[in-house]
Amino acid sequence: MDLRPIEDLPSEEERHAIDAVLRPAASAREGGSPEGPEMWAAPGPEGRRDLLLPALRAVQARAGWISRGALGEICRRLGIPPAEAFGVGTFYALLSFEPRPPVMVHVCDDIACRMAGADDLCAEFEARTVPEGGHGTNTGLAWKRSPCLGRCEGAPAILMQRAGDAAGDLSLAPASYRDVEAETSGDGRGPGDEPPVPQAGEPALRLLRRIGRVDPSSLDDYRAHGGYEALRTAVALGPEGVIREVKDSNLLGRGGAAFPTGVKWEAVARQPVRPHYFVCNADESEPGTFKDRILMERDPFALLESLTIAAFATGSEQGFVYVRGEYPLAAERLEAAIELARTRGYLGEDVCGEGFRFDVELRQGAGAYIAGEETALFNSIEGRRAEPRNKPPFPVTHGLFGKPTGINNVETLVNVLEILRIGGQAFARVGTEGSTGTRLFCLSGCVERPGLYEVEFGATLREVLDLAGGIPGGRPLRAVLLGGAAGSFVGPEDLDLPLTFEATRAAGVSLGSGVVMPFDDTVDLEWILLRIARFFRDESCGQCVPCRVGTVRQEELLSRLKAGRAIGSREQELAMLNEIAAAMRDASICGLGQTASGAILSGISRLGLFPAGAAT
Amino acid sequence: MTAVPVGPPRRLIELTVDDRTVRLPEGSTLLQACAAAGVETPTLCYLENLAPVNVCRVCMVEVDGSRVLVPACSRPAEPGMTIHTESARVRLARKVVLEFLASSVDVSLAPQAAGYLERYGAEPGRFGTPAPPAAAGVRGGAAPGEHEASDGLAAATVAQPVSLDNELYVRDYSRCILCYKCVEACGVDAQNTFAIAVAGRGFDARISTEFDVPLPDSACVYCGNCIGVCPTGALMFKSEYDMRQTGTWDEEEQAVTDTICPYCGVGCTLSLHVQGNRIVKVTSPLDNDVTRGHLCIKGRFGWESVQSRDPTGA
Repeated sequence: MDLRPIEDLPSEEERHAIDAVLRPAASAREGGSPEGPEMWAAPGPEGRRDLLLPALRAVQARAGWISRGALGEICRRLGIPPAEAFGVGTFYALLSFEPRPPVMVHVCDDIACRMAGADDLCAEFEARTVPEGGHGTNTGLAWKRSPCLGRCEGAPAILMQRAGDAAGDLSLAPASYRDVEAETSGDGRGPGDEPPVPQAGEPALRLLRRIGRVDPSSLDDYRAHGGYEALRTAVALGPEGVIREVKDSNLLGRGGAAFPTGVKWEAVARQPVRPHYFVCNADESEPGTFKDRILMERDPFALLESLTIAAFATGSEQGFVYVRGEYPLAAERLEAAIELARTRGYLGEDVCGEGFRFDVELRQGAGAYIAGEETALFNSIEGRRAEPRNKPPFPVTHGLFGKPTGINNVETLVNVLEILRIGGQAFARVGTEGSTGTRLFCLSGCVERPGLYEVEFGATLREVLDLAGGIPGGRPLRAVLLGGAAGSFVGPEDLDLPLTFEATRAAGVSLGSGVVMPFDDTVDLEWILLRIARFFRDESCGQCVPCRVGTVRQEELLSRLKAGRAIGSREQELAMLNEIAAAMRDASICGLGQTASGAILSGISRLGLFPAGAAT
Repeated sequence: MTAVPVGPPRRLIELTVDDRTVRLPEGSTLLQACAAAGVETPTLCYLENLAPVNVCRVCMVEVDGSRVLVPACSRPAEPGMTIHTESARVRLARKVVLEFLASSVDVSLAPQAAGYLERYGAEPGRFGTPAPPAAAGVRGGAAPGEHEASDGLAAATVAQPVSLDNELYVRDYSRCILCYKCVEACGVDAQNTFAIAVAGRGFDARISTEFDVPLPDSACVYCGNCIGVCPTGALMFKSEYDMRQTGTWDEEEQAVTDTICPYCGVGCTLSLHVQGNRIVKVTSPLDNDVTRGHLCIKGRFGWESVQSRDPTGA
């Protein structure tokens, strides 16, 4: 491969940022003295392409945008064609290929934040700084609206991208314009206090047991709270024993697809092809979801221990945790935990002296919901556009780098600690037959005590809402969004629905990522349907036609209904919406397109939104 | 002489397509199974000399036991599969996908599109009046994850000005259905030049050079293999484009003559498209053993010397 490089050179600061991710270039061959294209030859076409996104992120963090010179340097060093690297970089919303001020504020205007006043916050930014997306010259700050930042329990939320040496990104919730001023003038409060989870201290908690009690920066404190006992048990059981316990527990995946975890692990373990990889999907981006962020921020060693057990069971020597780019604190704490675990022998060549090798690398996303789709996540790690792959083949045979790969979401993995602590059969005695154990629910929206709740499977929607104090101000409940934007709406008549996999499936809805977002009678639900349509249009990767165009047509159609300007009759519009939805559901490559109409159709059919007469 | 590939013998598998039983070698695709059953399957992003990317989704078929429809072009055939290509689900999905394409992209020069639209009764106009074209550079600079709010009355399209930045070919991305073929041909499937890639995201995803620079500033070597695989006329010889602009392009009047490229010893087959005794474009047969349809800049574009000797001086 004879690549034509970009001839522009990086600035000193850009080069330092790149050096921090890629080792400093040693020779002209590797781009050490790139005086002319003839001096250069690619070190290898696919050598370390997986470092592309980390390098792009590093330049973005240092310089606030990615220049031609910086992209050119990264491409020279990694042997990647500039057009491809540009194609990868422009996929991610947190990367910019145009100059912009050092501070970029992403103001969440997704469902929960909008109900908590995001529009007012945006208006304040508009009034005090520059128009949205505008590149403020006097303020050194720009802002734009953002999809869900995963801080719904403290809405409204913002994410500040701060370029420079040490600043780093910062997620704040609740956030005000004053907070941003304080942060930019150097007397901000940083991430701020961390309130206890609402159920803190309750003895029945399994997943949240340590949250708020354990020091997330201390491995010793983690051990003092029972940490790394499960790994000891796992080693005693051996890989087959661990898989047997996980299968006995009947643990189903908590990311949305509800696949049996033990079956997945066993399938990976049996693959003769080596190496095996194990990936933790921490790209939680479903609007309304924040459970994995809290687990990672407050109990990072629990995730590392679970991942180590998963790797041990599946014969994986390398693991990855892929954290969404909007979670700077979770990434920082996990990185510190990985470093500490490595120093103390809980990761590395000989884990705990037990004779097996396992190490973990943290990778951060850069603003792309679709990267949470497992095969898109693999592509993102590999330095490609985060476009989902066609399945089959499935990750258990052809996953990360084309090798057998196990992948689970954070909540699923953390359950494994409890399985090994009490045994798979004992684990399965909690919950229902089809839904064993406990489930984390993310409550936000019109609810008295928003936050993360752990509930035994079998509890009804009413019980979960009551646990969070019900609807504020005694207002009547109008609807609940279950499972996020990819989930569905239910009405007050569904309050006795048990929140289990089997009961929700029978009712034609889904638990998804555990979002429970109630709305009272004052909320403009039609606006929420439109926001969901906008979300899917913005987050479609654009690879396949049904999703790329279908999400656009769906949003256009709802905009017309909302404005009362239907093409033809409302009935014709709804018939067309059903056809758009059917094509997306049946012909899209991945779950994004397949579920992009679910919540919208449920809002129309179950809640009676966009009624006849309102739009003709 | 045609080379006969000699490989290990492949087991025959049996499956059902629209109630017809077909037997074909293991490793075949459902597209081949449909063809074996005499069923014609619409395709746009599929081409026999490129790896299937299964993104256009017009070849979707129904497989018993599968939750969603599957792309025939890439799905391996398995023994005992039952395939339906004319079920209501398949017909609806194909129809709506074609409507999505034709309502957002100018497919008037895509040879198969009109037939497909008619076959499935597609009505691309039902999503509203097409929105006006974007100004030059707007789509090329679109940021991922955001878009202008609209009232929904105009149907968004990819319409934009034609990119005329070199003497050999034009890029008319108003006609681009994003089938990825040009990227594949520019990359590992043929040319290994990597001058273009898919950039951006969602409806703003587009074929782009790095930083959207003009082709002469990119890695492009003008092999024209992207033109050779483009199914919609988005990539076109400048000669064809100019004749279409002046209304003189007339495929009825064209003869296609195969010859061997005189430039080097490889011996690629050239198909000369001749109109009015002048070469107007050059292609190569997809099934040619030497080229697999791909050429280099000399074979593809190096024919002006032939015509400059034209005694009429035209």
